[in-house]
Amino acid sequence: MTAGAAARSIVRRGMFLTAAALLGLAAVYLLALQYTPVEARQGLAQKIFYLHVPSAWSALLAFSLVGIVSGLYLWLHDPRLDRFAASSAEVGVAFSAVMLTTGPIWAKPIWGTWWTWDARLTLTLFLFFLFVGYLALRAALQDPAERARFSAVVGILGLLLVPFIHLSVYLFRTLHPQPIVLKPSAPSLPPEMLRTLLVSTLVFTLLYVGLVTMRYGLALAEEEREEAGDAA
Amino acid sequence: MPESVRLALVVAAKDIRAELRSRTALLSAVVFAALVLVVFNFARDPTALSATDLAPSVLWVTFALAAMLALNRAFTVERENGALDGLLLAPIPREALFAGKLLANLAFVGTVEAVTLPLFVLFFNVDLGAALPGIVAVTVLATVGFVAVGTIFSAMAVRTRFAELMLPVLLLPFMVPPLIGAVQATSRLLAGRPLSEMLGWLRLLALYDLVFVTLCTLAFSAVVDE
Amino acid sequence: MPSYEGALVEAHGLRRSFGRVRVLHDVNLTLAAGEALAVAGPNGAGKSTLLRLLAGLMRPTAGEVRILGRPLRQDAAGGRRVIGLLSHQSLLYDDLTLLENLTFAARLYGLLRPRETALAALEHAGLGPRAGESPRRLSRGLLQRAAIARALLHGPRILLLDEPFTALDAAAAERLREELRRLLARGLGMVIVTHHLAEVWDLATWVSVLAEGRWVCDEPRAGALSSFLPRYHGLIGA
Repeated sequence: MTAGAAARSIVRRGMFLTAAALLGLAAVYLLALQYTPVEARQGLAQKIFYLHVPSAWSALLAFSLVGIVSGLYLWLHDPRLDRFAASSAEVGVAFSAVMLTTGPIWAKPIWGTWWTWDARLTLTLFLFFLFVGYLALRAALQDPAERARFSAVVGILGLLLVPFIHLSVYLFRTLHPQPIVLKPSAPSLPPEMLRTLLVSTLVFTLLYVGLVTMRYGLALAEEEREEAGDAA
Repeated sequence: MPESVRLALVVAAKDIRAELRSRTALLSAVVFAALVLVVFNFARDPTALSATDLAPSVLWVTFALAAMLALNRAFTVERENGALDGLLLAPIPREALFAGKLLANLAFVGTVEAVTLPLFVLFFNVDLGAALPGIVAVTVLATVGFVAVGTIFSAMAVRTRFAELMLPVLLLPFMVPPLIGAVQATSRLLAGRPLSEMLGWLRLLALYDLVFVTLCTLAFSAVVDE
Repeated sequence: MPSYEGALVEAHGLRRSFGRVRVLHDVNLTLAAGEALAVAGPNGAGKSTLLRLLAGLMRPTAGEVRILGRPLRQDAAGGRRVIGLLSHQSLLYDDLTLLENLTFAARLYGLLRPRETALAALEHAGLGPRAGESPRRLSRGLLQRAAIARALLHGPRILLLDEPFTALDAAAAERLREELRRLLARGLGMVIVTHHLAEVWDLATWVSVLAEGRWVCDEPRAGALSSFLPRYHGLIGA
């Protein structure tokens, strides 16, 4: 049964990557607490930034890849693309959940409120809803080919919706800290903070890759079991 | 008349005829919209909020909810007796088929909106006056986009077990940009503000229509062709 | 109708799968004018999938379908014009009358004088007096006649039938067999999918068996059904 072995080896590779990423996460905690200075005005609360921003990055990465891969699926009809999109969406839900919980924890001491309808916060909330809708649709469909086609359509439409939500919510006014890393001039973060943020972003990217690989392997194994069940 | 346009009109006319025959969906959507308006009036603190302050939001939430109800029926008629197969067997481009379904849905949602608007004026004591043409234009602009997305989603939702629940879960995030734009434009219209103050919102609505009508038309084949 | 002497339908290496699950394995078939191909097999053997592939309702994973010599994927509209499908469902809207249903179908196919064509088809099927009624009010046998009228409305040269005799009483089944014989004599080609060979044995010119998505038998119909049945049961592993 070489096919089953393939799925197992993918899962194993995913577990290895995830374990490496979790070690990296421990390193990020150390860096954040020991190496980087305490931000003058926000104090310790600012430390959550090293989890919040990278998880936002990973959620956005997950979401964009779902959209792009969905487009490719409708063109190529390769079931591997569908499996990847589903895995990426599930992992994306987890990252957007992290982002949506760390955001208010930071916002309460700094902005004085748990939740504000800030443009980027609202956008992430909708990313989360889109992911959940995407997965709910998948769960409600039986036929694998139909599930793949329908969810690919939702994936593409969702990707195109994001700029519209961003624009419409942005026009509604915003009080989120403005991007200071990506400003054309030199970043205004102290170098230690910037380095920690970059390390954390790399770690979260690795975590995304590890989790998606694992989920992909599991999906493959599940399909193989269904196939074996059909043959029996 | 190009063949695709003729076919789209044939499909739309069939839907409208079938709906006029049974009238169930249309009537319930209209009654539903009226009820939502009534509920909204009582779901506010009259000492804190005047009905006029709330009016644009009430109008648009009502439109959105009623549209959702009307959209649910779009593909249930195609489900019975395998009628959708009958459409797909015919030599009709999928784009024309989608356009036909979209036109029929716009007719339904438009009818519900047209009945709701006078009720809204009556219940919320709004003076439309000179704002009426503007409000009609904004309504058309906002409705086209989300009905296009709703049409393609209802074709998917009917294939699931909880179609009535699946459609709103999928569609509501897509209603957010048109809804925000429409409420903003409506409140400025009711306040008699100049056109220049809502131009940004109108552009957003127009761009949304352009992007999603095109995209849904192209993606429809992926939904119906196995 | 353009003159075309070759096979009406050809399928080459027709396959349908999703992921690792294959519903249909490399089917090859040819159907000429006046032929009736009976495709037998148990439920879940891939018969409906085959029919949907031939009708262009489903896209093959590999292989191709040719209709009157032209690939269906390249000329979908041309193929659809000459294919008629009698599904196990009627394809009719309950909210429209029979006449409205058939008129709508005639318009979809771009027929001239759609309403008159639809009325003539209903009268031919003996449904003239009931043209103004909803399909909901017809008996199973009459509904089947309306469905056939709809399937033949645009004068197809190929008729695909999915379990056409299911739920028909003996008289209605015999009437349908008569109608199909007339169409065969006029040069239509048919593919009839069934899990009950006895229903189509006399009608078929060619017999195929699908078992677990594989084309396990493909031969001219010869002799009595009773001599074929033991082999059939062996092929489907019953």
